[in-house]
Amino acid sequence: MARFVKTGKKTIKAISTSSLPDIVFMILFFFMAVTTMRETDIMVTVRIPEATEGKVLEKKSLASFIYIGEPLESFQALYGKEPKIQLNDSFKELADIQDFIAQEREQLNEADKAKMLVVLKIDRDTKMGIVTDVKQALRRASALKIMYANTNVDKITSF
Amino acid sequence: MADIAFLLLIFFLAATTMDSDTGLMRQLPAIPDPNVPQDVNKINDRNILEVKVNKDNLLLVEGQLTEFDQLREIAHNFILNPNDEPSMPEREVVYLPFFGNVAVTKAVISLQNDIGTKYGVYLAVQNELIAARAKLRDDVARQEFGIPYDRLDEDRKSAVDDYYKVPISEAEPKRIGD
Repeated sequence: MARFVKTGKKTIKAISTSSLPDIVFMILFFFMAVTTMRETDIMVTVRIPEATEGKVLEKKSLASFIYIGEPLESFQALYGKEPKIQLNDSFKELADIQDFIAQEREQLNEADKAKMLVVLKIDRDTKMGIVTDVKQALRRASALKIMYANTNVDKITSF
Repeated sequence: MADIAFLLLIFFLAATTMDSDTGLMRQLPAIPDPNVPQDVNKINDRNILEVKVNKDNLLLVEGQLTEFDQLREIAHNFILNPNDEPSMPEREVVYLPFFGNVAVTKAVISLQNDIGTKYGVYLAVQNELIAARAKLRDDVARQEFGIPYDRLDEDRKSAVDDYYKVPISEAEPKRIGD
């Protein structure tokens, strides 16, 4: 009868993990470089419309965000289904926009105040009535540089 | 060491977002000062391309019901006015850096919407108008400097911008039938 003969060592050497920290740090630095901090929890449904001509927002520090859309389902019991304006972390009314802009402008340094930009993130199904009202409020607050947020596509397929 | 690095990595994964924001840059007009007399020089009718979107998201261009797909071409033709038609925008000779004395168009696009218009449609219309203008600017940049508009330096960019100024004005809000 044939016999299996043990030849040499049976155990396989474990893979060295000494380079693991280096690899993980590499991934960490990659994420630190390409991502930005999440600033607000969005409390409204915002399905950003499509467009082909969108420009990338370069200086996020100059931008203030206004969200408009239907409140999320968990807020609908309290706030209803009509589109609402969200500034920072709470639902606000039209009249609050002026204060919000003044407050945001206060946070910028003197040289950047003129470059302040308001980014409007608005759900594509929102009616223009509320959007126009917000635009008028921004004009009154003399925040004239605005950006309509969109997702960039090669061709608009739905609106 | 690896544990700490993993911890930091997971923190960054949770606390940050990857997406960069893109959008259409627009400049709102300042609120007119009631003490300052308004400019009475009305823009000649032939220079205005009137675009209206109603509550049913239908598009009216110069009083004609128009399909969305045609808008970009109509705007392009309107700004360019290739055959110098009297119903289309006139030109005015001005001095521009890099170009010298050139005849630039006096075209203006006026966009009006109803309060019931869907925001998505409104933005798509704006996008088409901006796209038509951007195409013309890109053409003139390639023709004059041999490179696309995006790669021009700031001075040349602003000269090209002046070549095809074509302001897209958002009219004072009005109710046009709801």
